[in-house]
Amino acid sequence: MISAPDVVAFTKEDEYEEEPYNEPALPEEYSVPLFPFTSQGANPWSKLSGAKFSRDFILISEFSEQVGPQPLLTIPNDTKVFGTFDLNYFSLRIMSVDYQASFVGHPPGSAYPKLNFVEDSKVVLGDSKEGAFAYVHHLTLYDLEARGFVRPFCMAYISSDQHKIMQQFQELSAEFSKASECLKTGNRKAFAGELEKKLKDLDYTRTVLHTETEIQKKANDKGFYSSQAIEKANELASVEKSIIEHQDLLKQIRSYPRQKMKASDLCPGEMEHNHEQADQASTTSNPDELADVDLYTCRPTYTPKLIKAKSTKCFDKKLKTLEELCDTEYFTQTLAQLSHIEHMFRGDLCYLLTSQIDRALLKQQRVTNFLFEDFVEVSDKMADRQESVSSQPGQDRPPSRSVEECPIPKVLISVGSYKSSVESVLIKMEQELGDEYNKEVEAPESNSFDLQENLDYLDMDMKGSISSGESIEVLGMEKFTSVLSKSDSQASLTVPLSPQVVRSKAVSHRTISEDSIEVLSTCPSEALIPDDFKASYPSAINEEETYADNEEAIHFEASVSAPELDEAQEGSLENTLSQVDSCCIGKESEGQLVPLPTSVHILSDEDGVVSIPPQPYRQKDQVFHVDFTVENASPSRDKSSDMFPSYELDPSHLLASRDVSKTSLDNYSDTTSYVSSLASTSSDRIPSSAHPGGLSSERHKKRAGQNALKFIRQYPFAHPAIYSLLSGRTLVVLGEDETIVRKLVSALSIFVPNYGHYAKPVKHWISSPLQIMDFQKWKLIGLQRVASPASVNTLHALSRYSRYISILDLDSKTLRCPLYRGTLVPRLADHRTQIKRGSTYYLHVQSMLTQLCSKAFLYTFCHHLHLPAHNEETQEVVASRQANFLKLNLGLVNEDIKVVQYLAELLKLRYIQESPGTTHPLLRFDYVPSFLYKI
Amino acid sequence: MLRWLIGGGREPQGLAEKSALQSIGEDQTQNPYTELLVLKAHHDIVRFLVQLDDFRFASAGDDGLVVVWNAQTGAKLLELSGHTQKITAIVPFPPMESSKENSQLILTASADRTVIVWDYDTGRQVQRSCFQSTVKCLTVLQRLDIWLSGGNDLGVWNRKLDLLCKTSHLSDTGISALVETPRNCVVAAVGKELIIFRVVAPTETLPRWDIVEVKRLLDHQDNILSLINVNDLNFVTGSHVGELIIWDILDWSVQAYELNFWNPSAQLDAQQEIKLCQKLNDISINHFTCDEENIFAAVGRGLYVYNLQMKRVIACQKMAHDSNVLHIAKLPNRQLISCSEDGSVCIWELREKRQLPAEPVPTGFFNMWGFGRVNKQASQPMKKQQEDTTPCFLEPVGDLIGHSSSVEMFLYFEDHGLVTCSADHLIILWKNGEQESGLRSLKLFQKLEENGDLYRAV
Repeated sequence: MISAPDVVAFTKEDEYEEEPYNEPALPEEYSVPLFPFTSQGANPWSKLSGAKFSRDFILISEFSEQVGPQPLLTIPNDTKVFGTFDLNYFSLRIMSVDYQASFVGHPPGSAYPKLNFVEDSKVVLGDSKEGAFAYVHHLTLYDLEARGFVRPFCMAYISSDQHKIMQQFQELSAEFSKASECLKTGNRKAFAGELEKKLKDLDYTRTVLHTETEIQKKANDKGFYSSQAIEKANELASVEKSIIEHQDLLKQIRSYPRQKMKASDLCPGEMEHNHEQADQASTTSNPDELADVDLYTCRPTYTPKLIKAKSTKCFDKKLKTLEELCDTEYFTQTLAQLSHIEHMFRGDLCYLLTSQIDRALLKQQRVTNFLFEDFVEVSDKMADRQESVSSQPGQDRPPSRSVEECPIPKVLISVGSYKSSVESVLIKMEQELGDEYNKEVEAPESNSFDLQENLDYLDMDMKGSISSGESIEVLGMEKFTSVLSKSDSQASLTVPLSPQVVRSKAVSHRTISEDSIEVLSTCPSEALIPDDFKASYPSAINEEETYADNEEAIHFEASVSAPELDEAQEGSLENTLSQVDSCCIGKESEGQLVPLPTSVHILSDEDGVVSIPPQPYRQKDQVFHVDFTVENASPSRDKSSDMFPSYELDPSHLLASRDVSKTSLDNYSDTTSYVSSLASTSSDRIPSSAHPGGLSSERHKKRAGQNALKFIRQYPFAHPAIYSLLSGRTLVVLGEDETIVRKLVSALSIFVPNYGHYAKPVKHWISSPLQIMDFQKWKLIGLQRVASPASVNTLHALSRYSRYISILDLDSKTLRCPLYRGTLVPRLADHRTQIKRGSTYYLHVQSMLTQLCSKAFLYTFCHHLHLPAHNEETQEVVASRQANFLKLNLGLVNEDIKVVQYLAELLKLRYIQESPGTTHPLLRFDYVPSFLYKI
Repeated sequence: MLRWLIGGGREPQGLAEKSALQSIGEDQTQNPYTELLVLKAHHDIVRFLVQLDDFRFASAGDDGLVVVWNAQTGAKLLELSGHTQKITAIVPFPPMESSKENSQLILTASADRTVIVWDYDTGRQVQRSCFQSTVKCLTVLQRLDIWLSGGNDLGVWNRKLDLLCKTSHLSDTGISALVETPRNCVVAAVGKELIIFRVVAPTETLPRWDIVEVKRLLDHQDNILSLINVNDLNFVTGSHVGELIIWDILDWSVQAYELNFWNPSAQLDAQQEIKLCQKLNDISINHFTCDEENIFAAVGRGLYVYNLQMKRVIACQKMAHDSNVLHIAKLPNRQLISCSEDGSVCIWELREKRQLPAEPVPTGFFNMWGFGRVNKQASQPMKKQQEDTTPCFLEPVGDLIGHSSSVEMFLYFEDHGLVTCSADHLIILWKNGEQESGLRSLKLFQKLEENGDLYRAV
């Protein structure tokens, strides 16, 4: 079975992982011509011709009132990523297109300065000369010392692929909104604190001035005021005015509408924290209620000082840094979110799209997808489902139509009236929450909104108005995925997806060529390229990394302490700990790995698409740890968040940490990928809390696939072993060497059906004797073989419970399990398969298992197969119908039937489950004889 | 297999001859129990299981806990904690048919010298009373709506836990078994003796309860371990040295006395007899069960079927288990279930010999892993002897392996399968997998229908 990526494999043989055995080279006439530029180390899909940076990155810039636009930081924070790319110039460009119309100060007709809760603006900008395209997210932060109290910032996702930016616009927008919201929340908090301080100062100053005036009054009994006294009185008056102004500002910042906070759903790690915040904020928004005011009050230790009534705006003073502007805590969270974004959109567009489609399709298999799919994906599926439930009113129409009716370009054209050189999308706000969804639909039509109207909206004081979530209306297709997930009752499931993708692609390109004059003018060649997937081949970022999967790897594995990992695997380790753990691993094995990183480096340089240089990150990691402790030590008013970092409280964090521990486990088995993954984890500062299921699980899949492939080739009895797993018979992998056992267990776990949306029933390593409960709980167990007499108990338990288990003895290379004579597993695990790569094999397994799931689904949900069609029908008739169905309709032979029956039982159990997680797992078994297989 | 796992060497054939234990092997096509559910609530040995109604049962153990379970789902319904020490007896107290009060009561006695009356619908502790000695057995005389407690003496109590009357101090070892017989009599086993008591209900002339000793039966030579009612005519007792006595239930005369009944072949060689006598433990009668025709006795490690009509053993399985058999029960379908200290539960079927029965032992290949339990050649001659003397045989149908320690008791539910409790603190619910699968399908389609997702083919 040759699938597309394997054809690829023939073009560049030398770059792939070590192959288990060498196949004879293909005859000349059959081989695919090699990519002409191989010698230059170019990748056929790399389109980096113009770009000066090696891969996508995120840039945060500021329009400083002192020095103008300046770059602040990049994510990943590494010069190698952006290379010679001129960040200063690009900052200038992206800051010059801020449409945020942030208007603060004294509006005409208003006595006091007004704060506007300005929506962020989202702009796509291209610079083809630089080969850079960017999604730019502008936001405004408040700073008491800044001009007009505002500091404009922007976050930009910079990529060399404009299609990627255009097509992932909604996703980018959603993700960046989360980051922005996090920053802004922190900023509001900090700003309120600032105001409190200032008010205290003013109050103090007033008292002092007042006393002075009184003294003067008393001293002066002549009946006229000295100029000094008049001056003092004026000063006092201006302080009074200033107090009122600041009080007003404080009131405004506190009255930040709660709905806005609710609407912005932050990344999981922040959710809880910020909701709590929002709740408190909303309670404080009631000015009469002073109970909770202490949230915004500054530290009690603050001593007020005398200040000048006239605030001076001097240019020599140091402006606050971004971190000072927001709370450190929030700043760190934002960085985590940003690195999550960086992870999320890493890779080629085609790859991103495929995985999105993949996820969308998986979500539709609501009944069966728990069996073999990753729980990470599933968890965000749950979130999506909730979302889609809540947004039901707007979804009466088929999603595909809504997509066609509100294509991106229209919005863009309307924005084109800005006469700008870039495309941008403006934020429009609805006043009524209830109207939101209807308006959403209307959004494209309502683009007759002229600029003024939009600005009116923006200018509106948000206080008291029930505003809506920001980005939904504008984008029109924001809820695209959730819409799809709701639509499984509609017949066309896959059809709407792909046309839409192509269509929006075409459309976006057209927009660029028509409306963005500057982009067009600077890159004529771009515009001439036809609208096909010219740049969108699966560059398969993850595949490009090199393997060093050999016996040396095993040697390295031994250097890491096992129990730690085991615990991490269980998710019982806290996040920080597991992270520290991985760091330790890094340090431990660093010395041993000296030759490898360099080779990786060279190889990845040749790759050209993704280079993950391993070395320079360790320092960063340390820095992060320092940050972290600072954050925890800083006196936070919120006690609970002080005690536990917010992600600890969040259940979804467990998933993430599990994921990470999986990575680290998986890293064990492959030194090279381990190094690069360490680099990637440390580069994003908070590696685990923010991004569940990013690259790491991808890597895990690849490793698992690779090892499974190896197992299949190495052991002639792989089929019965896999059959055991598929049919729910616990497979015990017995061995002395923990690393080898663990490796095989994680490889074989891809064949283990789940009970539900939680961790797979797999125990990687155990050394105590097995009990009957273990077989009920675990379907794949790695068991330690001890040489000492103490092991007699362990082995006795094995022989006692031999009817429930299959035993794979890695040391003597034997397998004891029931006979398998089906046809399913040979197709699933063909030892002569042409598939060479782990990830390809993983996908193959997934597709086969999905097929199997659908069979199980059919079998489970056909009424007459299980229950009599009418009252007279006997049980025997039903049984024979069942057998016929399995054999003839599903094409199952012999033991394959048991696999489908087992899956059907799992489906039934899950379906009839009252509430998730309440049923006990059952142990089902058969009384069948076992055989001993030897190599 | 153990040997193989340790050394990887092949097991010498000779080893197998040491044990003549019947092994069923792994291929048990007739064993219906293909699904199990482990229930965990106890922290110590679970000794008692009591069926409460069609779907509920209670378990009690050395941790003093009484747990009420749903036999269908395996869900823990209630946990009754009140005893501070291990529970020594448990008996359900069904409501009086005449009374309107419909509370579901259960009595538990414990080594902390208390008896507690529970309402197992609500988990409420209804009554509690203290004793001078540990109550070792409880019996309910439903007809009189009273219950008896057997410890060092015998007490008679009513539903409200008032002591109606009691006997004088009987023995320090206490009453080990108590059985109700007609005419308001009870038989109590006290050491080697059987004592018959009669409960005198209050009459108009004598308005108070009384209990009087009627007779003492001294026929047993050793401690009486088991005592059950066979039918309206007989009850049966078994002692530590393997005496089996069938008594007339009305006049308490000995109907049959068997001492060496576990040895049905008359022409048994002396060597074997000596061997049997050496191990007294092997011949103690641990438990009885019976049906209309037969008494099934658990003698040492073996099982014996004694026919009441023929007054002889009609079938036996001398080495049914590796260790003492603790509890046996007869199922309606001619099947017999036994559980043993070796942690296994076996299902047997009583079959008549028509011709030479097919060898039930699986072929050698399957038994490569069988821990050397079977050797065809060795067991053949002994079988021949049995065949000569016994008209029936107990064929192993299946065995249930799950507990890691001795299986103390089990309970059979017609609809929900088998419940076993063990010294490993676990209770295992064994179910008929096929039947359960069907039930789940039924449930699934019911739920589909409720949700309105069920589409019928046109």
